[in-house]
Amino acid sequence: MEINQGTEVRKKGALQGILEQGRFAVTAEAGPPRGARPEVMAHKASILKGFVDACNVTDNQTSVVRMCSLAASSILLDHGIEPVMQMVCRDRNRIAAQSDALGAYSLGINNLLCLSGDHQSFGDHPMAKGVFDIDSIQLLAMIDRMQTEGRFSGGDEVQGRPALFLGAAANPFADPFRIRVPRLAKKAAAGARFIQTQCVFDVPRFEEWMQGVRERGLHEKLFILAGITPIKSLKMARYMASKVPGMSVPQELLDRLKGVEKKKRKTEGIKIAVETIQKMMEIPGVSGVHIMAIEWEEAVPKIVEGAGLVPRPSGRA
Amino acid sequence: MIVAEQKPIQAILATLQGADSVLLAGCRGCVTVCGAGGEKEVRVLASLLKSARNEQGRPIRVDTAVVERQCEPEFVDELPYSRDDHDAVLSMACGAGVQLVAERLQDAIVLPALDTTFIGVSEGKGTWVERCKACGDCKLHLTAGICPVTRCSKGLLNGPCGGSSNGACEVDPSIPCAWQLIVDRLERLGMLDRYEEIIMPADWSEYGKPSSMDRGDIK
Ligand code: SF4
Ligand code: SF4
Repeated sequence: MEINQGTEVRKKGALQGILEQGRFAVTAEAGPPRGARPEVMAHKASILKGFVDACNVTDNQTSVVRMCSLAASSILLDHGIEPVMQMVCRDRNRIAAQSDALGAYSLGINNLLCLSGDHQSFGDHPMAKGVFDIDSIQLLAMIDRMQTEGRFSGGDEVQGRPALFLGAAANPFADPFRIRVPRLAKKAAAGARFIQTQCVFDVPRFEEWMQGVRERGLHEKLFILAGITPIKSLKMARYMASKVPGMSVPQELLDRLKGVEKKKRKTEGIKIAVETIQKMMEIPGVSGVHIMAIEWEEAVPKIVEGAGLVPRPSGRA
Repeated sequence: MIVAEQKPIQAILATLQGADSVLLAGCRGCVTVCGAGGEKEVRVLASLLKSARNEQGRPIRVDTAVVERQCEPEFVDELPYSRDDHDAVLSMACGAGVQLVAERLQDAIVLPALDTTFIGVSEGKGTWVERCKACGDCKLHLTAGICPVTRCSKGLLNGPCGGSSNGACEVDPSIPCAWQLIVDRLERLGMLDRYEEIIMPADWSEYGKPSSMDRGDIK
């Protein structure tokens, strides 16, 4: 039996293709259901099809139990959407992480986003023991080594290397700000090829961060996708401004929402998202946007259309 | 040192239900320093137990003894335990001490009076904070002398996560973010460039199983 030792066997995914062609990429996010309901993923796929290049599948986000990201990614794939499978370190040690990476690639998943994960105390099982055997940077380095050197973390040979397009998250708004660019450099050195950022509401602060990114030439090593979240209501905006650690929501934005009628706020939220995307397209070094419409997938087509980003290119060379 | 705190008195009384006499054993080590199981605490607990049991109408005899360290056999062997006089030994040492007492007194029922909480340091009178999880693979030379295994809620060796905000940890605003502290200290030491070195995954091979150490040089 011939074993695939190289990385040339399978074609690259659409997301990687589009980014490498220098086109502005669009990704979105779909949370798996809280039950054994594959049709939920199929429905989300039907909403997003034609509007995104790939879609993230969250991994027990906010530490709440959901269908696993591996299975949910595979369902998206079956319904014609390229998944970006998220993998957190909270729920798996290095053995499980490597095993899931092999499984994901074998099922046709091309993109893997490596995260530390929210702390278990935020979710529905605060009594659980968090694993955190490794962190997101070590996870990136470990999978990258499996792919480039063909070695597992323990040193043994990988018999058939995966070729996952590796991504990571970055939060330009968290503290301490002075290591936010060095931290990105660390992720690049660990093997990340693309980055999806925390939601950008505070454009000036994002620009300041991007300037630091360009000064270090990191935009040439990494494809940076700016996070975009449409705001549904004033309540949501206030919650994000005050309750979510590491999120920056400027006062002007709250005022702008307050200034419109309650029932028009959703439309305003979409408008703000479109405007933010347009600003992102002007910033040198930003390669795309990542739209996180939390349990509001219907907003994604409107935003992508509003920003003039349809039709999506194929990504195939 | 090891920090411990006394169990609630009701919980201790519950474990002593079947006993009419007990040897209450204190320790002059860590638990004396953290005010949980030294001479004074032994005296106070003895009188509390006696009066509680008197009230219940079932008096208990409480003999007391305090040894140098309950984590060393030679001191544990000094305990004036006698099977005829004592239905149980109630140890006010850390969990390790309790176990050594049980090991040396094969026929005694040995009960813990304390909850052992962590390895830590004193932060002023009456305050202790955790500083080490005894991971067996110390990284302090890489992290400016601040332990991320213990002090970062996720034990991240390459932190901080995206939830670090105004110096506080995302998990609880009253917990300082370990990585904010590490970055501040690296900067103070003029070593911020060190931040970019990727710290390799910890070696947990000695952590998941009962450890032992055999030092020929001090035998
Ligand atoms: S790294 Fe932390 S937990 Fe491990 S030995 Fe050092 S101080 Fe203790
Ligand atoms: S906020 Fe800081 S201490 Fe808390 S989990 Fe994140 S890096 Fe660790």
